[in-house]
Amino acid sequence: MRIRNSLPLPLRVAGPLLVALLLAFVLLPVVVVTLASFNDKAILTFPPDAYSLRWYGRMFTYPDFREGFKSSIIVTLSSSVLALVIGTLLSVAVKRLEFPGKQTLVAILHAPLVIPHFTLGLGLLMLVSQINLMRSYGVLIVCHVMLVLPFVLRSVYVSMENLDIRLEQAAASLGATPVKVLCTITVPLLAPGLFGGWLFAAIMSFSEFTASLYVTTQATQTLPVAMYNYVREFADPTLAALSVVYIAVTGLILILANRFMGLSRILNIEGEGHA
Amino acid sequence: MGSHLRAWLLWPAVLLALCIVASLVSVLQFSFRTFIPGSLDTGGLTLANFTGLTQPVYLRAFFNTLMLSVETTVLSLLAGYPLAYALVRAKSKAIRSLVLVVSLTPLFLGEIVRTYSWIAVLGNNGFVNGMLRKLGLIEWPLELMFTHLGVLIALVHVTIPVVVLMLATSISHINRDYEKAAASLGAGPTKTFLTVTLPLSMPGIIASITTAFAWTFSAFATPQMIGGGRVPTVSTLVYQLGFSSMNFPLAASLSISGILLTVVALFLLGLLTRRLRTVGGH
Repeated sequence: MRIRNSLPLPLRVAGPLLVALLLAFVLLPVVVVTLASFNDKAILTFPPDAYSLRWYGRMFTYPDFREGFKSSIIVTLSSSVLALVIGTLLSVAVKRLEFPGKQTLVAILHAPLVIPHFTLGLGLLMLVSQINLMRSYGVLIVCHVMLVLPFVLRSVYVSMENLDIRLEQAAASLGATPVKVLCTITVPLLAPGLFGGWLFAAIMSFSEFTASLYVTTQATQTLPVAMYNYVREFADPTLAALSVVYIAVTGLILILANRFMGLSRILNIEGEGHA
Repeated sequence: MGSHLRAWLLWPAVLLALCIVASLVSVLQFSFRTFIPGSLDTGGLTLANFTGLTQPVYLRAFFNTLMLSVETTVLSLLAGYPLAYALVRAKSKAIRSLVLVVSLTPLFLGEIVRTYSWIAVLGNNGFVNGMLRKLGLIEWPLELMFTHLGVLIALVHVTIPVVVLMLATSISHINRDYEKAAASLGAGPTKTFLTVTLPLSMPGIIASITTAFAWTFSAFATPQMIGGGRVPTVSTLVYQLGFSSMNFPLAASLSISGILLTVVALFLLGLLTRRLRTVGGH
């Protein structure tokens, strides 16, 4: 306490003021895009002269956004579930088994964290063209699984660290087969961590843009790719309206997740040390 | 565990790892192939793609990317430290939660929503120029879109969350008895901060530098949309070469060189931060 009270007055005012300004900077784009979405004019102008909801209407009727949303849902659901399954199986293997090349396998699967998305996208595109494969949903889904798997692995791994192995041993000693132990003991106990990993993967996949830009076609373009193409063609605030809806929905999901399981748990902040 | 189960646990991950390796091998392989204009097929082995990168347009992209990475790293550390400090040390729990939630928002906005929102802030008719004009401070709009400064502002914004998380972890591990000891020995708050708190948070600072640098290096949406072709970076040129010129071999060699440059830069940063770490004393 003595330390805080000994701060000279200017510093005591300047510190909080600086923090407030920085928070304002972080929130500025969100506030501005929200204001822009209600602007009646067909170009972005500030401050708006008249307000309307017309861009919210256009957002729902623009065909590319509808198609993009459909693609995004297909890709997000498939890739986040696949990443969760692959990640969980691998975490069990890494934690419980010894096998040759374990370190290498884990290192390769974590590589997409440090390799730029544009390089991975380019690589996958060239790989697909070399083996004469079509750029289909399959390729896009594999691409997303690669990108989100490291986050799932981390989430699952942290919750496995907290798992009491004696519970599994008890089940096995009572005659449960390994598969039964996995399904009735291991997975249910890991469920909160698994859900956190899945949610994070789903949000990452839904908003992924750079790598998707390389491996999508007109037929498979995801919502972020459709949004990018929209900005290049039109200057009206439809994208602002879509951004507001995107922010609201993501915010709602995070608030609900925080209410039911704690945001720090999903982000694994506590896994790094005490808060 | 039976070998049957063992195989089931492993093969999906192994398949995925093979896809990752195959993609990277394709980049490497294309980078040594001759470009045949107008065709997606490639010719024989060559080093021309790498020697071609010495043209001014590519050197400028390397330079821009490096500069943006360095500037973003420094600015996001300066902005992130006060936020992380408030996140850990603020007396009120409400303020700590507010700082946490707000600092993390850029992470959850998604690349396109975030970048588009910055266009609304920085554009010629955007928020900044609109407000300045309304206040009568300017007559002609400030050039923020399609400039290095505009790209930098948006890059700092997206880098703040990671830096705050890393710094906060580090600051929360500082034993406050050290600070109390310094204060009781007569050090003022500024001196205590500079000689105790700051050096003890060095692990977080070093982690932030590395991550912020690598992140900025691989940023694409921000330089592409806010730079609009006038702030060429490695990422935007790779895209342009691939999709406008269909010159995949050159795009591949630029990608590889970009990664090599990052590795070298991070290695040099590592040498530099090793000195910082000894200053930290732990």
